[in-house]
Amino acid sequence: MTAETMEAPAVAVATATPPHPLREFWGYFSANKGAVAGLIVIILVVTVALLADVLAPHSPYVTDTSIALKPPFWQEGGSLAFPLGTDPIGRDILSRLIYGSRLSLLIGVVIVSISIVLGTVLGLVAGFTRGMTEIFIMRLMDIVLTLPSLLLAIVIVAVLGPGLVNSMLAVALVILPHYVRLARAAVITETSKDYVTAARVSGAGTLRLMFKEVLPNCTAPLIVQASLGISTAILDAAALGFLGLGAQPPAPEWGTMLADAREFVLRAWWVVTFPGLAILITVLAFNLLGDGLRDALDPKLKR
Amino acid sequence: MALLEIENLSVEFPTQGGIMRAVDGVSLKLEEGEVLGVVGESGSGKSVTMLALMGLVPFPGRVRADKLSFNGRDLLTISDRERRKLTGKDVAMIFQEPTTSLNPCFTIGFQLTETLRLHEGMDRRAARRRAIELLDQVGIPSAESRLSAFPHQLSGGMNQRVMIAMAIACNPKLLIADEPTTALDVTIQAQILDLLINLQKERNMALVMITHDMGVIAETAKRIMVMYAGQIMEERAAEDLFASPQHPYTSALLAALPENSKGSRLSTIPGVVPGLYDRPKGCLFSPRCAYATEHSRSVRPELRPWAGGQIRCHYPLGDSSRTARINADHPLDAEAAS
Amino acid sequence: MLRFILTRVSLIIPTFIGITLLAFFLIRLVPGDPIETMAGERGIDAARHEQLRKEFGFDKPIFVQYGVYISRVLQGDLGKSLVTQAPVWSEFKALFPATMELAICAILFALVLGLPAGMIAAIRRNSIFDHGVMGISLAGYSMPIFWWGLILILVFSVQLDLTPVSGRIDVLYYIEPVTGFLLIDSLLSGEEGAFASAVEHLILPTIVLGTVPLAVIARMTRSAMLEVLGEDYIRTAKAKGLSRYRIIVLHALRNALIPVVTVIGLQVGVLFTGAILTETIFSWPGVGKWLIDAIFRRDYPVLQGGALLLGIVVMSVNLLVDLAYGLINPRIRHNR
Repeated sequence: MTAETMEAPAVAVATATPPHPLREFWGYFSANKGAVAGLIVIILVVTVALLADVLAPHSPYVTDTSIALKPPFWQEGGSLAFPLGTDPIGRDILSRLIYGSRLSLLIGVVIVSISIVLGTVLGLVAGFTRGMTEIFIMRLMDIVLTLPSLLLAIVIVAVLGPGLVNSMLAVALVILPHYVRLARAAVITETSKDYVTAARVSGAGTLRLMFKEVLPNCTAPLIVQASLGISTAILDAAALGFLGLGAQPPAPEWGTMLADAREFVLRAWWVVTFPGLAILITVLAFNLLGDGLRDALDPKLKR
Repeated sequence: MALLEIENLSVEFPTQGGIMRAVDGVSLKLEEGEVLGVVGESGSGKSVTMLALMGLVPFPGRVRADKLSFNGRDLLTISDRERRKLTGKDVAMIFQEPTTSLNPCFTIGFQLTETLRLHEGMDRRAARRRAIELLDQVGIPSAESRLSAFPHQLSGGMNQRVMIAMAIACNPKLLIADEPTTALDVTIQAQILDLLINLQKERNMALVMITHDMGVIAETAKRIMVMYAGQIMEERAAEDLFASPQHPYTSALLAALPENSKGSRLSTIPGVVPGLYDRPKGCLFSPRCAYATEHSRSVRPELRPWAGGQIRCHYPLGDSSRTARINADHPLDAEAAS
Repeated sequence: MLRFILTRVSLIIPTFIGITLLAFFLIRLVPGDPIETMAGERGIDAARHEQLRKEFGFDKPIFVQYGVYISRVLQGDLGKSLVTQAPVWSEFKALFPATMELAICAILFALVLGLPAGMIAAIRRNSIFDHGVMGISLAGYSMPIFWWGLILILVFSVQLDLTPVSGRIDVLYYIEPVTGFLLIDSLLSGEEGAFASAVEHLILPTIVLGTVPLAVIARMTRSAMLEVLGEDYIRTAKAKGLSRYRIIVLHALRNALIPVVTVIGLQVGVLFTGAILTETIFSWPGVGKWLIDAIFRRDYPVLQGGALLLGIVVMSVNLLVDLAYGLINPRIRHNR
């Protein structure tokens, strides 16, 4: 005991103290300007979503046909009362976008949460049981992956009936295979490592192994996949909304807003431009964040 | 006129921590048909020196030299187009990893005839005939059927033979072999070395053999250049160098050979090659040198003519006045000076 | 080589069974009585109800139903549309060329721009061009294409009046379908201006559908190229004295294409997904729009058959890509 404690400082001096893992991670992450920009945008969107009641100048639902299709404030006929203009039935577009950020973030987070929980459990089961169960689960996931994701989601929604909840379920099912594969791959690499064998030898049960030993060790790829998954989820849910299969009017969901505005594209550019821009910026931010996280967490790129 | 003349060549790589000098002040002359061995530990700059000669220093490396000429051509001012006419034709190179050095997507035949068609202007059929000849010469059985094989279908030794065939295809005046046997099985190593030496004799081409293994070079090279941390430490005729090494580093390398071991323990050189941050101010070898003095720690020795070759050392082992001079320069290791 | 093809083909059988299972259960998962649901507001009388029950085989045990379904599918019988009463297969056959034409143009568009952009970005690593390509492609990758289509219509059709807003060809022309590909048929018809009109109508949908694959291909080509350019065999090629052009276009590209082809294969699925949205925006008379219309008309046989057929198309294209992969990568071909 004494010998070890005495030698430890000498070693530390010779090699210089390694930075705390979180600090090291932040070092890699913050060097990536795109990722930082993505993070800032996401923080902004989250803030807007949380403060929607305070920030939105108008109700997202109240219609007033007397002010329908007002252009944004910088165009002739526009006013600062409706900074981004109004939609065909006189609702303030900015307010609808602000409330829409709530819906979109909610959609993204809920979809990815469902997929992660379900996917991780299925993946852990597949990885630990092997045999027929594994083959069955993985084959099923392969088939889901073979089919075009939106087509499958559309079919599922068509069966369950259009609506926000059903569309979220459908998208969650469609992106499920990624998490199952990830979790299973992590289990297989992790279980071959010594610490799992050690835990097993010391009498840990399979369930305990799954959640206490293996799961914490595959969180990094799951976090990356989650960030990229949120962007896919928002995009796919918006696409379903656009097709009329997702959130139903008058919900201020960005994709649904686009669907409503479609026929006015020739007359009022602003009703189509802003909701799509909101989708693009949010999705781009999550993709940037995901890329940045992957680069910062990927041990292959660390030298 | 010498076939190859290098004067004061240096290669630098800018890195985040500053400029890394991979090759530092290398000067060298090579006559036609001469065999030169280049020895040094990993990272001593021996490969990069030759890559600089070939114009293959990877980005963002910078090459500088007072003179760099091959066969009377100035390689420093030559255009890219002219240089490409030389490389692969008059000067060729083979590498350490034969399997990854061949393109996995193309057949052996394609890769071999490509050189012939480019430099010799042969048509498809002539190139094919010549390719079969070449594969025969490098000892590949049933050469004709191997033309349609892909690199992954052949063993490492076979692939290295293919690489050699490709290198000698246009009868180069100079062949550079960069650790050609390191990645191969021990039994194959000797075969490949024999092949290289036989080819060198038959064709009277100059051969530069890069290795970290003194044993490999002992039988092949007429002259030997010892490199350390990007610099030439000693460069002399092989016989002389083996009989009476002049640089403490050379002497330590030779002492580390198994056949020279005294007693049951192999002798080793303590310490490691200096990196980017711990490059000494004086002689680069001084931190590991048994004869280092305060003078050699602070003043870097120049490369100078010595005993029929060149040396970069304040106190060459054959210098009769060295003991006195070491003592005068405040030796750091009292035992060594006595 | 033959063995390689046979193994690959046999590998898709489970996938095929899986897709048929999905399509089979799809119609049975509809909440409530499927026939009532299908009928929707139209309502249905008892005799027709019973007739449909027999037709769909709902009165038999589930595995028998599946067996019947599979044997029908294998004979090309996918049922009839509830709306038009036309066989699903013949409707699909008539509409599929439109989707195919669009998809082919989109992937060509993506390849023609994406491959060189990715290559140049890799060769000029860290240049302004590189950063630009990577930035644009990330934006393209994040693009909600249904919005992108509307924006392009806004700019090119509304503001600049350059391109038509919807359809495949101007209503002035009647083109006899020969191949189903309007670009070819309009040329064959010999009608003046028909080809130009078809091209005009194709431009925006092609860009919209090609955007995501373009972004993915550019990113993938760049990273594959960067990896390959650092390989030993590229150094060998340089040591041979080959020209820069030959090294990049022949030695490097051939190797870099291997992962890119895989990605293109994966993009086929994305392409058909995108086709559904693109066709909706541009009123393009293809299978995507057909499927969406079927959903709103509660035309379940069309939905079931169409989804199955699209699944099979994607599966077959994936198989073809797999085989192409073997062709350009000799290591795969010989090892398995």
